[in-house]
Amino acid sequence: MAKRIDVSGLNAFYGSHKAIEDISMTVEPRSVTAFIGPSGCGKSTFLRTLNRMHEVTPGGRVEGKVLLDGDDLYGSGVDPVNVRRTIGMVFQRPNPFPTMSIFDNVAAGLKLNGSYKKSELNDVVEKSLKGANLWNEVKDRLNKPGSGLSGGQQQRLCIARAIAVEPQVLLMDEPCSALDPISTLAIEDLIGELKERFTIVIVTHNMQQAARVSDRTAFFNLAAVGQPGKLIEIDETERIFSNPSVQATEDYISGRFG
Amino acid sequence: MDIPTDTPPPPSHVEDAKPTTPEQKRAARGATRPGDRIFLGLSRGSGIVLLLIMAAVAAFLAYRASVALADNEGNFLTTFEWDPAGVAHDGKPYFGIAVLVFGTIVSSIIALAIAVPVAIGIALFISHYAPRKLAAPIAYVIDLLAAVPSIVYGLWGALVVAPNLTGLYSWLDDYFGWTGVFEYEGGAPRSLMTVGILLAIMILPIITNVSREVFLQVPKMHEEAALALGATRWEVIRMSVLPFGRSGIISASMLGLGRALGETIAVATVLSPNFVINASVLDYGGGTFAQNIASKFSEASEYGRDALIASGLVLFVITLLVNGAARLIIARRKEYSGANA
Repeated sequence: MAKRIDVSGLNAFYGSHKAIEDISMTVEPRSVTAFIGPSGCGKSTFLRTLNRMHEVTPGGRVEGKVLLDGDDLYGSGVDPVNVRRTIGMVFQRPNPFPTMSIFDNVAAGLKLNGSYKKSELNDVVEKSLKGANLWNEVKDRLNKPGSGLSGGQQQRLCIARAIAVEPQVLLMDEPCSALDPISTLAIEDLIGELKERFTIVIVTHNMQQAARVSDRTAFFNLAAVGQPGKLIEIDETERIFSNPSVQATEDYISGRFG
Repeated sequence: MDIPTDTPPPPSHVEDAKPTTPEQKRAARGATRPGDRIFLGLSRGSGIVLLLIMAAVAAFLAYRASVALADNEGNFLTTFEWDPAGVAHDGKPYFGIAVLVFGTIVSSIIALAIAVPVAIGIALFISHYAPRKLAAPIAYVIDLLAAVPSIVYGLWGALVVAPNLTGLYSWLDDYFGWTGVFEYEGGAPRSLMTVGILLAIMILPIITNVSREVFLQVPKMHEEAALALGATRWEVIRMSVLPFGRSGIISASMLGLGRALGETIAVATVLSPNFVINASVLDYGGGTFAQNIASKFSEASEYGRDALIASGLVLFVITLLVNGAARLIIARRKEYSGANA
């Protein structure tokens, strides 16, 4: 259930403003790839091009290729809805459906995908909540609204919702930035477990987090405000944090700017 | 690399002077400055005036109504006649509101049943489907609809809409006449159904506008949650927009209902009043509170006016009940509402 992503020559625009320029990289299956870089460097925008969420923004436009095991996500005749069903996403702020119960939140994606059996649904919800390390905390109140949980629990609920449909890839856009340190730790542990089954891409502002959870790290930067963001380098996380090949990466990691 | 970094904020000189004298303390509370005192007086006064007006209206209605009801020979709630002068009852007043309750509620329900789905459709189209260039003109036209005076609606309804409804009513009679509700015996279609259709057009703008505002306020992150799961546009609306907008739609409908219940001149122009309750909504006749008051008030005696005021009091109570019910519905869903997300 994990696929490789190959990106080549990718540009993304907001209207006439070019947000990211000429990005090419490979995301390995069953591993965690972290995107780091200063604010506004386009790492979140890039993440959103990987499941065609960028074009949802008014004026959003993408050029280039994103291959999921060889199939171009931006090929003609590809339905973005189907892309998003195979590439799940977790957002910066926990966003469970406020009007749905915990159970329905996790089951939401399955119900969208059409046919399902009631008993099947129960199994998937339990499995997903266990997968998100949330089962023990919520098993007695599955019919309560998801918005009643704490922030960290809500974020794990969102992860359970995303993995319930067994996506090929899981994209996470700063999933811990709105959480306290304990909840952050819980999510980081979870990421370590999930990478056995999924390809994971995580955007983070927290370099320690990138160092802790990721196998490979990509550093993004922009020349100046208003300029498009670019990929500076991508390498094994250990190398990026110990001996990066580009000076700018070392400057950023050692806190000399950004 | 010329990476711009945030410049540190200029050092601020916060003066930690604590108020010592009584004047300074009062000044810290903001109660001594003339502007503050004037504004406090104004706002407090406005609140009191509002309560006084409400109390005065209620007292007026209750007093005049009690005068009328004291002498009423008929049962006020169940009598099918409106004869405060007692023409047919040896000079004894004989009147009741059964017909008016029925007519008012039925015509308003018809109006809501037609207007709410259409309004939600228009609001969703403006907020989520239409390209921006199209959305603005449509919203403008809807606003224009709200600005048309009700007498114009009434004339249009009586002269244009009603004569053209015979075809529809015959069709309804052919296919749904067996229900009894849609029986049509011919004649001028100045019935509760016609009134309901007209009211639906009149309350469409307010329901549309309020719903549109609510739909536009749906947090992006709720919509993106659905999108990222692979929801189509309709599924996003079903999973995120409508649940979030639910209480807004209810309040919008109640605002519309309030207008439909109280609408006077358009109903009086279109309806062919007849103090009966028809099982069929297509046959002419029936009446509503506001229409009945408007058409009888000018020619009524002092006591006849008291009787009409008594019926106005009932309309007032019905409106209160409707609003209370709406609040109850909204409150019950609060736990699930989008407000705490």
